[in-house]
Amino acid sequence: MQRTAISSAAGLVFRRDLTLAWRRWDEVAQPLIFYVVVTTLFPLATTPDLSQLREISGGVVWVAALLASLLALESLFRSDVEDGTMEQWVLSGQPLGWLLLAKVASHWVLTGLPLVIMSPVVGTALGLPFSAWGTLVLSLLLGTATLSVLGGIGAALTVGVRRGSVLLSLLVLPLAMPLLIFGSRAVGMVMDGDSPAGPLQLLAAIFFLTLSLGPLAMSAAIRISVES
Amino acid sequence: MWTWFHKFASPPHAYRLLGNLAPWFGWPALALILLAAWWGLVKAPADYQQGDAFRILYVHAPSAWMSMFIYVAMAVAAGVGLIWRIKLAHAAAAASAPIGASFTFLALATGSIWGKPMWGTWWVWDARLTSELILLFLYLGYMALRSSFDDPQRADRASAVLAIVGVINVPIIHYSVEWWTTLHQPASVTKLDKPSIAIEMLIPLFIMIVGFQLYYGWAVSRRLRGEILRRERNATWLKEGI
Repeated sequence: MQRTAISSAAGLVFRRDLTLAWRRWDEVAQPLIFYVVVTTLFPLATTPDLSQLREISGGVVWVAALLASLLALESLFRSDVEDGTMEQWVLSGQPLGWLLLAKVASHWVLTGLPLVIMSPVVGTALGLPFSAWGTLVLSLLLGTATLSVLGGIGAALTVGVRRGSVLLSLLVLPLAMPLLIFGSRAVGMVMDGDSPAGPLQLLAAIFFLTLSLGPLAMSAAIRISVES
Repeated sequence: MWTWFHKFASPPHAYRLLGNLAPWFGWPALALILLAAWWGLVKAPADYQQGDAFRILYVHAPSAWMSMFIYVAMAVAAGVGLIWRIKLAHAAAAASAPIGASFTFLALATGSIWGKPMWGTWWVWDARLTSELILLFLYLGYMALRSSFDDPQRADRASAVLAIVGVINVPIIHYSVEWWTTLHQPASVTKLDKPSIAIEMLIPLFIMIVGFQLYYGWAVSRRLRGEILRRERNATWLKEGI
């Protein structure tokens, strides 16, 4: 029997998920709409004054992005576990971590990336200056990617659980707090005229740490969920 | 070594051993906590700046220490359970979590009570208080995940993965929160930083920490016995032995 190379197996998973999502694009759009709706709540709840909103704009965009990506994560592995696809992956002899990472990557392209692209528009509506756009986008790129892997661990753990979405948020949000701190701080620093390099580098460090250890935890969690 | 290990990990033996061990933890814990409380509350001199208010330190600092110690102990037990598939280790992690969460809550409550006379407010977004709060969230998430499975084996293994992921994250969270507060706040709120604590204040603190550790040993033996009873409720050794 000929074995498929790891890279092409992961590529197949990646493409399959993109195709599936393309056929149900309205589900993909929901987190993005949620993101815009949540950011609308903050001016309504606090003040319509742009000069005051500007102070919290970085934090608001970051909190909304965290919540929107969490919302999308809940269904990450569910259908594959329910219809038995995941069992076949576990048995396939391919390194499960790579397959799951490919799945998380396609998920990020579908939910994280649109949020990142949308964020300058949302930020501007909250009074975020043009000079902070680059930092906001860069910090969210690193942040949402890290969150996708962290959330992938949470989703793998809660895949067979009733009321999994609340539990998932409870598990992942405390772990995501460092991302929120450094991400919104980077935006704040660039608005104060400082260099945001420090927090951005820390975000990148957390991203690579999560990227290297995350697949191990994800595949261990999926094995537990599938085997029992 | 392995035969000893497996013998210890067998539920009947562990159940008996823990029953014998519990008083050896419990009585010294009570004695040391009472001694430290008397020493700290009565004998130790009042702080020149904070007066008698600092004495809550003797509960606050040991609880904060225990909250972190128990999280690490829990993660180690969970790792042992996951790697060598020892059910008793999983049971020990399960028994530890509520104790750790209680110590975390105690540290937060005493910190807040201490904050009232020192800072003038019940709550300050101080680095130590905030990372303690996030630790409480981690404990609560761990316990929520554990309770959401019907199958105890799956609950054991899934929560073990979470505990290990959490323990890698604890230092990251701790330092990020520390940098967050130093970036945001002026250095004027560091009244609580002890410049150099006097030795006669330090001795009761150490006694209290040892007392709390022994209390944890006592509490975890008691809870672990309960956990073993719950898990082995259909086993023959229980019906024959008790």
